[in-house]
Amino acid sequence: MTDKITIEIDGRACEAAPGEMIITVADRMGISIPRFCYHKKLSIAANCRMCLVEAEQGGRPFPKPVPACATPIAAGMKVWTRSPKAIEAQQGTMEFLLINHPLDCPICDQGGECELQDVAVGYGGDVSRFAEGKRVVEDEDFGPLIATDMTRCIQCTRCVRFCAEIAGVRELGATGRGEDMRVGTFVAHAVNHELSSNIIDLCPVGALTAKPSRFTARAWELTGVDGIAPHDGVGSNLSLHIRRGQVMRVHPRENDAVNETWISDRDRYSYLGLNSADRLTVPLLKQQGVWREVDWSTALTQVAERLKSAPPAEMGWLLSPTATLEELYLAQRLARELGCANIDHRLRQQDFSGDASDPLLPWLGVSIAELESQRSLFLIGTDLRQEQPLLAHRVRKAAVAGAQVMCLNPLQIDLNHPAQQFVGAPATMITDLAAIAQAAGASGSGTVGELLATATPTPAHVAAATALRDAGQSASGLILLGSLATAHPNFALLKMLAYALAAATQCRVGYLPAAANSVGAYLAGAHPRRLPGAKPIAAGLTTAEILNNALKTLVLWGIEPELDLENPASALNACAKADFVIACSAFRSPALENAADVLLPIGIFAETSGTYVNASGTWQRFQGAIPPPGEARPGWKVLRVLGNLLDIQGFNYQDGAQVRDELAALCADSQFDNAPSAELVAHTELMQADMMRIGGVPIYATDPLIRRALPLQQLPMTRSVFGVYLHPNQATALGLIATDWVRIHQANGEITAPCFFDEHIAMGCAYIAAGIEASALLGNQIGAIDLLVKVAAPTRTGTR
Amino acid sequence: MSFRNAPLAVTHSCDKSAIFTSEIRAAIDALIAKYPTDWKQSAVMPTLTLVQDANDGWLTTELMNAVAAYLDMPEVSVYEVATFYGMYDLEPQGKHKVCICNSVSCLLRGSDTLLHHVESKYNVHPNEITADGRFTLKEVECLGACCGAPAVMIDKQYYENLSPGSLDKLIDGLE
Repeated sequence: MTDKITIEIDGRACEAAPGEMIITVADRMGISIPRFCYHKKLSIAANCRMCLVEAEQGGRPFPKPVPACATPIAAGMKVWTRSPKAIEAQQGTMEFLLINHPLDCPICDQGGECELQDVAVGYGGDVSRFAEGKRVVEDEDFGPLIATDMTRCIQCTRCVRFCAEIAGVRELGATGRGEDMRVGTFVAHAVNHELSSNIIDLCPVGALTAKPSRFTARAWELTGVDGIAPHDGVGSNLSLHIRRGQVMRVHPRENDAVNETWISDRDRYSYLGLNSADRLTVPLLKQQGVWREVDWSTALTQVAERLKSAPPAEMGWLLSPTATLEELYLAQRLARELGCANIDHRLRQQDFSGDASDPLLPWLGVSIAELESQRSLFLIGTDLRQEQPLLAHRVRKAAVAGAQVMCLNPLQIDLNHPAQQFVGAPATMITDLAAIAQAAGASGSGTVGELLATATPTPAHVAAATALRDAGQSASGLILLGSLATAHPNFALLKMLAYALAAATQCRVGYLPAAANSVGAYLAGAHPRRLPGAKPIAAGLTTAEILNNALKTLVLWGIEPELDLENPASALNACAKADFVIACSAFRSPALENAADVLLPIGIFAETSGTYVNASGTWQRFQGAIPPPGEARPGWKVLRVLGNLLDIQGFNYQDGAQVRDELAALCADSQFDNAPSAELVAHTELMQADMMRIGGVPIYATDPLIRRALPLQQLPMTRSVFGVYLHPNQATALGLIATDWVRIHQANGEITAPCFFDEHIAMGCAYIAAGIEASALLGNQIGAIDLLVKVAAPTRTGTR
Repeated sequence: MSFRNAPLAVTHSCDKSAIFTSEIRAAIDALIAKYPTDWKQSAVMPTLTLVQDANDGWLTTELMNAVAAYLDMPEVSVYEVATFYGMYDLEPQGKHKVCICNSVSCLLRGSDTLLHHVESKYNVHPNEITADGRFTLKEVECLGACCGAPAVMIDKQYYENLSPGSLDKLIDGLE
């Protein structure tokens, strides 16, 4: 930045950089200037005129009041924000703004937290001079998340600019002119974007309000409690608005290093799942096949006895990566004290053959903010906008600033920025990656060497390699592995090639942790090869082995076995074969009741204190905001009591902070490092089949809480109608037409589903979503499917 | 964040040679050539005029979408332009457009008399088409012809210093 200059605002000397706007400097100094259209994260529009101030430059006053948001400063400038001239201008603007604004504050959801209301108190007249009729604007339907009252709109265009600049979809606009100007889509279609609800926060009036929480609470009844979002690797900072022990709504909390001022719709509305009708509120015990409500001591005594008597090698612990650090740490401690090392949190991975050489503590590889400054990004196996909306936003910022973005996926993903997409079936992904690595001059031995030797790079591969090498030279190239890579049947091989490519291009390798605590789980030791502090240890069983080895005792923490695991068929099978399944869950579901023998109710999200370690390794601690319903208890307390019942030494924790401090001490010398911990290994047999299923987890199906947030479930997202999505050419080759139904056979499961044409899907692949009820009988998320046969569409029968 | 200095372009992947007729495409390309290469969308206003003239004087949403596709810009940006300016019409029009200036100079020189005259004589109101479909009556903002007020624009031709009688003659001369 160039040299600082000094200007004077309201008689105070302020240091500032040349070219900054007056309002930026004033905000930094804590001098308040009223504004509606200005927002620091959006471009400057200067159309509300509320921030008019009086200014002079070099002793010469500006002839008119100037908008503080759009007037760059210069050395020696003097600004008065409260002078009679400035106040008069601001009052004049206020009067004009109020001309067409309805006086319906008592029935407006924004009442009490409305910027217009606040500023009107400061600058508005007490009696309106406007005697004419006010205009009325027809509402638009923006979908189930955003309620509109467009008559209240003061046309600040913040929402228009948000959609264009941040969301990257120019859907809203200001059409018409003068008094007829209105903000909307003009052609009436729902605003459909994973960050769309941020326009609710941006709207300075009550024109855009949150539909799910509308008319349920007044701003002054709510208490704000800080929280951390549990749905992706970002760990967005939240403000939970609580009334009488209930989360009424969720707003973002500013943190430039994590979520800036935004949150995804998933983080904003997931709280709606808290009051789901199928909350588990009492401990349940299955006796002779019948569920019975029991008290905690009966349930926990029973659990402790079974755990004590179970042979440790015959026991498996599957822990959800959305669990808190404290829960994960205590759970693995319990398991290890019992002599069991079969602990895993990697629920959506099928290829564990690279475990021995995995980095000790994998992470994003850069800080979240640093994503923006990359010059080249290679996204392998990730539908980033669906998986991590706010990381996708950072990547978009990098792309808009000129970075090269490349993607390698089994389907073409929806992006709101330019990108080079390589699309191919899972086996083609491997050969594509090898071709890029070869073009970049990578070398390797064994399978990697063979793949490199047989690769035939196309010009597109060469261009990608060049982009990575150029960025690598300035240390700003990044290769990221996402959750479609994690679920890939040759994940270890993908990793090997990614590391070979990284070495050849001097790029870094990063992992996109799928869940809120995927990174934390390594620190907590919730991994068959890691002790707390991510210290290596001899291997226990991985998720796949736990499910396939017919273990006698299973512990499921925060998991719905038919939805949260990469291979639901084998998960349900494992539960059926086990003698005793202990499920700690916030929800009950038929599948869980079928699978488990005891159900322990635990708190979720805002109901428990805890810590999440986000993608970039930041520890974020939060307090419980509301009590869990009924007899449910925070998870770490359940584990503490269980530890005491098992007579484990040193389990008398006073509070969650003590657990965390104990773990933090163990993690004192842990380093985030994506370098392989040993020479890379992988099973080398390439998974190939005539027809491969590729199953992404839809954005609103990632965890049990989200799946119960109804308004999110009502959103029409891409491929949200369940079915088999095939490339049109693929479908033609199979002799299918668009209205056909097909039978899918995978593992031992079989389902029928409608077939849809979708040219984004790679040839040789069928997209069948994972993590949802409809596909819960199938096997691997990405894997061979046996046959596709034309069947008759089911006729509707039975009662509704 | 400071002012935007790059166009908000949206690449439309449709076949551009299937949009409009070849004559219109050539005319639009000539317009685009007047602007820097990455500012194609600067040509949106003359393009809309061209497209409107080729469609009996009005624009449909489909035509606006086609303009957006051709100029690689977001559809809503085209709607914004087309709804803002009075010279674009989004409803079917008569064979001709009689546009009477309603701004201050013309008003002082009797444009309201002209308007009332046309309204009563041809039984048509602003933004309506005459029963025989001969012309649409429009009331427009300042035509910039204050020195010859009151001014009326018929289709693309300006007529100045008009009286009800001389305007009648002009209207009678319309096909």
